[in-house]
Amino acid sequence: MEALVALAIGVLVGCGVYLLLRRRSFSVVFGLVLLSYGTNLFLFAMGRLNTHREPLVSLPGPYTDPLPQALVLTAIVIGFAMTAFVLVLALRARGMLGSDRVDGRGGDE
Amino acid sequence: MNLLLVLPVLLPLLTGATLLALARPALRTARVLAVASVTAQLTVAAVLFTTAANGLILSYAIGDWPAPFGITLVLDRLSSLMLLLTALLALFALLHALGGVDGRGAGFHALFQFQLLGLNGAFLTGDLFNLFVFFEILLIASYTLLLHGGGASRTRAGLHYVVLNLVGSSLFLVAVGVLYGVLGTLNMADLAARLAVVPATDATLVESAGLLLLVVFGLKAALVPLHFWLVPAYSSATAPVAALFAIMTKVGVYAIVRVYTLMFGAALVGPWLLWGALVTLTLAAIGVLASRELRAQIAWLVVFSVGTLLAGVSQFTGMGISGALYYLVHTTLVSGGLFLLADLIGAQRREGTHLTSGEYPAARRWLAVLFLVGAIAAAGLPPTSGFIGKALVLQAGLESSEVTLLWASILVGSFAVLLALSRAGSVIFWKSSRAPAAAAAHWLGSIPAAVLVSAGLWLALAGGPLTAYTDATAVQLLSRGTYVSAVLGHVKEAP
Repeated sequence: MEALVALAIGVLVGCGVYLLLRRRSFSVVFGLVLLSYGTNLFLFAMGRLNTHREPLVSLPGPYTDPLPQALVLTAIVIGFAMTAFVLVLALRARGMLGSDRVDGRGGDE
Repeated sequence: MNLLLVLPVLLPLLTGATLLALARPALRTARVLAVASVTAQLTVAAVLFTTAANGLILSYAIGDWPAPFGITLVLDRLSSLMLLLTALLALFALLHALGGVDGRGAGFHALFQFQLLGLNGAFLTGDLFNLFVFFEILLIASYTLLLHGGGASRTRAGLHYVVLNLVGSSLFLVAVGVLYGVLGTLNMADLAARLAVVPATDATLVESAGLLLLVVFGLKAALVPLHFWLVPAYSSATAPVAALFAIMTKVGVYAIVRVYTLMFGAALVGPWLLWGALVTLTLAAIGVLASRELRAQIAWLVVFSVGTLLAGVSQFTGMGISGALYYLVHTTLVSGGLFLLADLIGAQRREGTHLTSGEYPAARRWLAVLFLVGAIAAAGLPPTSGFIGKALVLQAGLESSEVTLLWASILVGSFAVLLALSRAGSVIFWKSSRAPAAAAAHWLGSIPAAVLVSAGLWLALAGGPLTAYTDATAVQLLSRGTYVSAVLGHVKEAP
């Protein structure tokens, strides 16, 4: 399971970084989304990977750490809001500048 | 008494929420609420400042969850100084905005309050994840404030600013995740205590998290090569927003000072900071000289000041931190004032803030005096506080391994700033000979800019008490044990 999760995080972050470096705003936004997915998965894995364990100390038996789950929930909410905002901004930039390029060159000058 | 710690977070939150709930309130109502809120924040910050000046470290556990488990707010000398500085700058930026900028788009006052909420929270929090949350609050408010007023250049600069900061947020989360995975806590005091006894097998992991945090804070502080967002963003934002943003780079500097004095120690980041600061100083000096527009020039001055600040901080000595903190107060107020002044100049001539001769500003004499005072302070000439601050940083640099380079960068850079600002001033006020078509604005509108720009003079007058305070702040920062025991409630000495 560790290898699979590590691979998933690696692929997500790798694709995210690649897309971030592209010049059209759609790819950049998509890259940001993948990057934040990778980050969230990473943050979640920091509580160690366990199965069949409740995040409750009061029950007998081994328990899993609930804090990373709370952290990742916060990060997802914030990431979701930010993605919505950057999408609106990218659309507005497309309309206003007449180009969806983010490298400052092309039809917008 | 400790309950007072929540007010700097609560006041802007409630005011901002009220302004949103009123759903497009009359501009008059919004203005009254906003000014009342910022004045109240200034009062609270002043009370907290006098409390913290006694040397006590106050902490408040939100929801009464005990320290390492819940979120704590911590007030020490450094955070109270930053709170007071934020409130002071915000008040004058807001007063300037009442001149008409606030009516150019919806929700200016609500966003302004949320920006203050994020700033105050970031300065007060004692929890690393909570710092991330407050960073996000201040960032999302700044994204929309930056776009206030609309226009193509703001949209373009805004998109770059948002994307860069979102990447920064991801890196912040990764660093937080690594620290939690290894050490099992995110409370800064608890982290400091556990980092002191981290096993050798995990040391590399923790250090890489520490350096990742440096990238994040460096991006906020606009440390070269992470500075590319700053100049387009600051020079296209409306004047009160740009003035308030003068504190935003200082949030990055604050986080660097807090995290590395308390948790990781100087050895990890000292060299990175020093070399980063040197390159920042050099590039910013070139940027100041090369700018053809006054607001871009002031934005480069902000980058230059970050270089000076981090050059002082990178020593991690009492003298270096104290000098940097004194300079921080000076540069925040003066560069905020210069942004407001540039707005006044730009509104009163057809060429705006472009550094080309043509019309002189309508209120030429008065604005020229203000510009002279601001330029002298920014370049760091006596008798202003810029001179004192730079002298303190230079003095601290004597202990550095790279003393020659450090002195050369700061002194040559300051000379470049002086040259560029005198050229800008003479082009706008002397070489422009045509009478302007626009009438002079009412003199009342220039009061906020005048007060902030002349900060260079009154901070020099208050130099004695202020340096005594920053000296004490540096001593407090460098004795980690007091912070740790004040937050965790029992003595857990960190070496």
